[in-house]
Amino acid sequence: MKQGIEMIEVKVIAFGIAKDILQTKEHFLSIQRSSSIADLRESLINEFPAFEGLSSLQFAVNEDYVEEDYIINEKDEVVLIPPVSGG
Amino acid sequence: MKSLIHITSEKLDPQLAVDLVNYPACGGIVTFVGTVRDQTKGKRVLKLEFEAYEPMALKEMQKIADEAKAKFGVEHVLIHHRIGVVAIGEEAVVIGVSSPHRKEAFQACEYCIDTLKLTVPIWKKEFFEDGEVWVSAHP
Repeated sequence: MKQGIEMIEVKVIAFGIAKDILQTKEHFLSIQRSSSIADLRESLINEFPAFEGLSSLQFAVNEDYVEEDYIINEKDEVVLIPPVSGG
Repeated sequence: MKSLIHITSEKLDPQLAVDLVNYPACGGIVTFVGTVRDQTKGKRVLKLEFEAYEPMALKEMQKIADEAKAKFGVEHVLIHHRIGVVAIGEEAVVIGVSSPHRKEAFQACEYCIDTLKLTVPIWKKEFFEDGEVWVSAHP
């Protein structure tokens, strides 16, 4: 029996130019359960192609950078980190 | 007593980068003060605005201070960053490093500002006469 694909809604929080691209500080993105950061990146670019034009886009969960293979939990808040420019 | 790792929307006090890291065992203090320049590539800048993902920025700043101590053997590290609107000439970042000897303090101070620019989630927007731009956002 073929199983349906289970989707989850993940909250993404944006700063800097990422906030301008989303046109909001917080956005719910629909992704498949057990998606990785790499999958989320793809969904995000599909929905908001302007992200592809950035010099870089990193992600953070629980106030730490996460790698592309990090598996996203439904309760995670994923923070979009466009190129930083402090100092 | 102000903390060594600090983000604030109020004006920074560079003197703290000396006073808060000054200990009897340390014979050298190196400070770096980053101020707002009035131009970028010949274009007049009116003001800057900094935005931070504050809890993570503080964590990353603390990591940099800890790494600087572990790598260079310096004793005390202060990193203060301003957020919000910052006028031309005002301080955006202040770093202070103290160490028994000066060489390690110079190296650690440079390491701190260089790493801060790479890893700390803080974003700078430049305001020009004809618009505004998030710095480094695009290649």
